[in-house]
Amino acid sequence: MTHPPSFQRTLFRLKEYWDQRGCIIQEPYDVEVGAGTMCPETFLRVLGAAPYRVAYVQPSRRPADGRYGENPNRLYKHQQLQVILKPAPADIIAQYLGSLEAIGIDLRQHDIKFEEDNWEAPTLGAWGVGWQVMLDGLEITQFTYFQQCGGVDLDLVPAEITYGLERLVAFLQGVESVYDIEWTAGFRYRDVRLLDEQQFSVYNFEMADVGALWQMFNLHEAECQRLLGAFEKYPDKARFPLLPAYDQVLKCSHLFNLLDSRGAISVTERVAVIARVRKLAVGLAHLWMAQTSPEAAA
Amino acid sequence: MSRFLLEIGTEEIPDWMIVPALNQLQNHFQTFVDQNSLGGGVSRTEATPRRLVLMAEDLLARQADSDELLLGPPKSAGAGAAAGFARKMGVSADALTLETTPKGEYFAFRKVVPGRPAADVLAGALAEMILKIQWPKTMYWTARGGPRFIRPIRWLVALLDDAIVDFEIAGVRSGKSTFGHRLYGGGALAVTIDTYETVLGEHGVILAADERRRRIESGIADLLEGRPLRIQPDPVLLETLVYLTELPTPILGSFDPEYLSLPEEVLSTVMRAHQKYFSVKRGDGQLAPHFIAVMNTGADPEGLVRHGNERVLRARFNDARFFWEQDVKRPLEERLEDLKHVTFQAALAAPTYYDKTLRIEALVAELGGGAQALRAARLSKSDLTTGMVKEFTELQGVMGGLYARHQGETEEVWRAVYDQYRPASMEEAIPGTRAGQMLSLADKLDTLRECFRAGLIPSGSKDPFALRRAAQGVVKILAEGELLLPLAETGALEEFFLDRVKYYFRDVLGYKYDEVNAVLASGWERLPDVKLRLDAVREVRETENFEPLAASFKRIRNILKQAEFTAGAPVEAALLEEGAERNLFAQATGVREAIAAAPVGYGQALEAIASLRPAVDQFFDKVLVNSQDARVRANRLTLLSNLYTEFSTIADFSEIVTTKG
Repeated sequence: MTHPPSFQRTLFRLKEYWDQRGCIIQEPYDVEVGAGTMCPETFLRVLGAAPYRVAYVQPSRRPADGRYGENPNRLYKHQQLQVILKPAPADIIAQYLGSLEAIGIDLRQHDIKFEEDNWEAPTLGAWGVGWQVMLDGLEITQFTYFQQCGGVDLDLVPAEITYGLERLVAFLQGVESVYDIEWTAGFRYRDVRLLDEQQFSVYNFEMADVGALWQMFNLHEAECQRLLGAFEKYPDKARFPLLPAYDQVLKCSHLFNLLDSRGAISVTERVAVIARVRKLAVGLAHLWMAQTSPEAAA
Repeated sequence: MSRFLLEIGTEEIPDWMIVPALNQLQNHFQTFVDQNSLGGGVSRTEATPRRLVLMAEDLLARQADSDELLLGPPKSAGAGAAAGFARKMGVSADALTLETTPKGEYFAFRKVVPGRPAADVLAGALAEMILKIQWPKTMYWTARGGPRFIRPIRWLVALLDDAIVDFEIAGVRSGKSTFGHRLYGGGALAVTIDTYETVLGEHGVILAADERRRRIESGIADLLEGRPLRIQPDPVLLETLVYLTELPTPILGSFDPEYLSLPEEVLSTVMRAHQKYFSVKRGDGQLAPHFIAVMNTGADPEGLVRHGNERVLRARFNDARFFWEQDVKRPLEERLEDLKHVTFQAALAAPTYYDKTLRIEALVAELGGGAQALRAARLSKSDLTTGMVKEFTELQGVMGGLYARHQGETEEVWRAVYDQYRPASMEEAIPGTRAGQMLSLADKLDTLRECFRAGLIPSGSKDPFALRRAAQGVVKILAEGELLLPLAETGALEEFFLDRVKYYFRDVLGYKYDEVNAVLASGWERLPDVKLRLDAVREVRETENFEPLAASFKRIRNILKQAEFTAGAPVEAALLEEGAERNLFAQATGVREAIAAAPVGYGQALEAIASLRPAVDQFFDKVLVNSQDARVRANRLTLLSNLYTEFSTIADFSEIVTTKG
């Protein structure tokens, strides 16, 4: 491999590749999420019988994974490229392998394995089956056939392909630390993101005010519940603000993660808080079905 | 005679599910062929991650014709009725016969049912046969309500000789085209039964699991040839790799020897569990700075795959070293407090590992553990809060032991912590130290008691908390550690343990089931004692008096049961009849006193008891238990009852299955 592509050029190529396969290329969602799956473009779009194809980069925040910028492979916030193909085409895996070729991986020179890895997100009432894709022993992609989301059995089965971009590009560029990735000529990953990692690690682990976080959690939960409760009597269902209600779910989920990284959630509380977020997500998914495909929900 | 080939082409099936699925497919197919009189049967099954394959031979091209006898009107109904019946059958009246039945003579028609072609019979059945394979977890992929399988089915090959057996699953029609290896396949490949395996071979797929296994083994041998290195054998990992690949090729990689300063347990766990690498050892048994990875591709000419794997392993080892360095900064005892945030079992009133640690300590004390065992108990669960165990959960216990050693605990303490989860199976040894045995016992007993109390009791094949394994571990430790601790549980847990105790002595140690029943009926609180009694019974059983005496004890038990008798008063010697009855009483008393007077082994005691046989036989020969005199009868029953209870403390002889009933 001469001239391995830069971080951003790899993104361009992947986006281009999926653009050529009929995907909407979306921009990242602007509410904090723990994974690209949680964006409305995945969580809500996989529901119902309407086909959809979308790809987007999603910065994903996992407060507990922060390492103050000191660990070469672990990040508080990492970038995922998320692809949703609903329904999954029969040649989906061949298409996926083609995307690796597109970013300069000569598969004939490498070892690719699909190892069982099922996915489950308890706070979203969502699960699927699939694999982690291993390239020369490195996990580069999570591949999932969704089965359920928000507690709803899915009408069409979407394939979700999640590329871990930092790992993938570090591999392509042959660097040992993600901070050494060339973002673009003259700029390394560290130049772009190190401050982010340092400051958010300090905040998430040391300074976030637990009381304030709980207050915010309760506020967002209450706002979501209020909206969910108002749906039934609202005359013009199509206009009902379920998308704003879903933002409240995302806020709650992120606040839960923050509280968790602060060590503020006891064992017994933990299960209960997950159940609270899940209840919102499941309730919302059912209303979304009622709003978007009322005949099916009736 | 026809041959048959079925290939179910799928996306990658989890390796550990493949063999059980293949066995089911084979059974379904064979049963179907037998039930439908197609002759022949399954000749071979094979599988890779992307295909389940079944081959059959000697099938009939079509089923044989069969007869069906259709009864019409009775003969007495006359020729008119017969003609009507013949018309209904679409034949002339002279095609009818007369059949004699228990109800009389009837007109009948013997209809020939033509056999169906095997291709038709199979075509109608294959889809169901495939979809009824049971998997640990299934998915649908076409749409809600669609067929379920382990992963999407992408193609189907079904050939009866040269002809396609036509069926469909989830929009996929069977045909004669297969697909090769993902990288060497190049599109649909037309095959015949004869060319199938060769064509796959030419397209990067080794169909036979045996051949893939050999390729891995010989490839490894080639890599290590001429070097003072050997592989750490790992049959489980080998099977995983056989079913994770279609074209397995081993490569030898290396890592910086400086990582060898980390504990070997950590290094080999990272390699095996996380990277599916074999560890490599030097001649002296020490870990060498190498590993063997198995690729799913033909070769690594540029060394890129090796380089990539080395890079991943380096990152993993760096993580492990980071965890080690961080973890040792905080002594295990200080971590106790953190266990309040780690759930052991949410359903419990005291659900955390902190709570569990306190209970284990108390239990170790109760079991008579000394200062070392108590110290080990206190430190036992703290490793659950270390970075290393959070990352490599399978190292729990082992890491605790290594950290305890590192922080200067005595060998007895750190080994106890290290071994606390042993034995994980019946094959694994129990902890080697007393403290380790105490700790392991206390941990498992606590798990069992608490789970049973909370109603988390295994049923059937459902045992999500591995309680059977825990109980089996307790039994093994008590028996093999020769610990004379009472196994005094109550209720459902007592029954649960009894099952495990029986299993251990019968299936693990191989004692005869009736000997086990006999000995356990006399008590099983102390398992080392159970074992001694079993040995004694096994030995005495060979002697001539034993089985007849056992038969007599069974007779006594039945007599007592029939009489619904429970002994109250002692035997009144005055009421005993001269001769056989008095003799039995005297001899039994003699034996009892002899056993009581000098401590003898169970073997000698049993021999002494067995020597009562002639006296017992004579008693039953000469004396009528059911005497007219109620007092005499009660006295006789008392004599028998005492005999039964006094001499059943080693084993209940009536449980012994005797050859003569």
